[in-house]
Amino acid sequence: MIISVASGKGGTGKTTVAVSLALSLGNDIQFLDCDVEEPNAHIFLKPKITRIQSINVLIPQVDEEKCTYCGKCAEVCSYNAIAVIKKKVLFFPELCHHCGGCSLLCPQKAIEEVPREKGIVEEGRAGSIHFLHGRLTVGEAVSPPLIRAVKKFARKDKTTIIDAPPGTSCPVIEAVKGSDFCVLVTEPTPFGLNDLTLAVGMVRELKIPLGVVINRADLGDKKVEEYCYKEKIPILMEIPMDKEIAIAYSNGVPLVERKPGYKEKFKKLYQKIIEERG
Amino acid sequence: MKQIVIISGKGGTGKTVITASFAALAKNKVMVDCDVDAADLYLLLHPEIKETYGFTGRVAKIDEDKCIQCGKCQEVCRFEAINNFIVDPISCEGCGVCSYICPQEAIKMKQHPAGNWFISETKYGPLIFAKLGIAEENSGKLVSLVKQKAKEIAQNQKRNFIIIDGPPGIGCPVIASLSGVDIALIVTEPTLSGIHDLERVAKVSYHFGIKTRVCINKYDLNLKMSQNIKDFCQTHNIEIIGEVPFDIVVTKALTMGKPVVEYSDNEVSSRIKKMWEKLEITL
Repeated sequence: MIISVASGKGGTGKTTVAVSLALSLGNDIQFLDCDVEEPNAHIFLKPKITRIQSINVLIPQVDEEKCTYCGKCAEVCSYNAIAVIKKKVLFFPELCHHCGGCSLLCPQKAIEEVPREKGIVEEGRAGSIHFLHGRLTVGEAVSPPLIRAVKKFARKDKTTIIDAPPGTSCPVIEAVKGSDFCVLVTEPTPFGLNDLTLAVGMVRELKIPLGVVINRADLGDKKVEEYCYKEKIPILMEIPMDKEIAIAYSNGVPLVERKPGYKEKFKKLYQKIIEERG
Repeated sequence: MKQIVIISGKGGTGKTVITASFAALAKNKVMVDCDVDAADLYLLLHPEIKETYGFTGRVAKIDEDKCIQCGKCQEVCRFEAINNFIVDPISCEGCGVCSYICPQEAIKMKQHPAGNWFISETKYGPLIFAKLGIAEENSGKLVSLVKQKAKEIAQNQKRNFIIIDGPPGIGCPVIASLSGVDIALIVTEPTLSGIHDLERVAKVSYHFGIKTRVCINKYDLNLKMSQNIKDFCQTHNIEIIGEVPFDIVVTKALTMGKPVVEYSDNEVSSRIKKMWEKLEITL
């Protein structure tokens, strides 16, 4: 079963929940950190990395000898990554989505596709946890190809936990898509509620069953609870505001390590996920 | 006219709280929310929407009557968006290659509503923001669009500043937010995750040659980590222009829907005010 942990709003506690869930479930867990722009789970799980794989995407390379500057490549590129100005083809690699259209449709066959490193996937073990994460190369804009590379390792026959990036658009969808259940972590503030609403819309669009974990539950107002009740969304767990948890987090110590009593609570969270999934 | 963007790498470090306070402090400015995935700034600035515009996306659509199931489209699609001659609109990135390659001309690229963007008025000045539709692509394009509109408004109305609330991460919407700005303020927090993410986003900012400053939010939560941030910034020649303490008043102001500098006159507010003064001088 693949469980993704997402949030809409950043900094609500996705990584805390994902890491603690993995550490509470014991053996043979797979952990995929799909926040390839800013991966943080390794800080808490401290995996021993045993394999590093470079992830390449294909980008166009124009053979100026064959090119007639007809402009077809610029015309077909939906991402404005190619411009043809007089006798010059300008390429903006950070805008390229690697669709291959320019190369395929060039009438002169003047565009060849060459690999470009997008980032790396690191694989290793943290105790009994099989750990994987992606690291997007700094300056690269398009992260979904790297997220897809991390997700190739996801196994349905194991318990796989995916730590998703914040937001609700392409990188999040790429991370959450295909999971059997999605846990949305939020906080009881107007920002938490607004972004939860957006995240619920996205997960429902993907037709994935979902539940909510409210972090720092005693901090703000009751509107998140009211929203969940109205929308018939199960609240799977509440974690109170606790300075000790915050300090442990700041030092890279997982919640269940600082407060081992929480292991039982995270096991219950897992049980609830199984029940809700039906 | 100067542009300042507030970014963080890691989400939830306090970008919007700081941006909203700058909106209350700065004179003669335009605000723009570039976190189009999860725009929150409007919750603190309470805009009155003046103009609403649609934003469209593109998705491939196969005409079943014309399709001969040759499979060419599935072969060329790099996004695994076509299965059994049906397009999955969520996976489709709108590149259009399938429509060009189809020998039957059975595939058309359809425009569809992908969100809205708004020109609004707040008591602090104009705010441009957007709401990307559910499960839509192209947030980088939308970011560029709202920024461009803010710039036009700022030029027409002779505004001094554009204050940009940026998205988390280091990918396409962040890069779009950074383009053409005069200064980037990175709001970080004294946690290992915060530092890790600060280092990556600072590299992005450096990569694009943008002047960068750092603010340590909740600095007193872990003084040792705050020191590590200072060491990092010193090594990389990045000036820290503010340290804001942890205070429950920030959440209270948020719950009341107000910029913290207007809600309370305490240490948090005075530190943010000092930070804005420094930024104003730098700009």
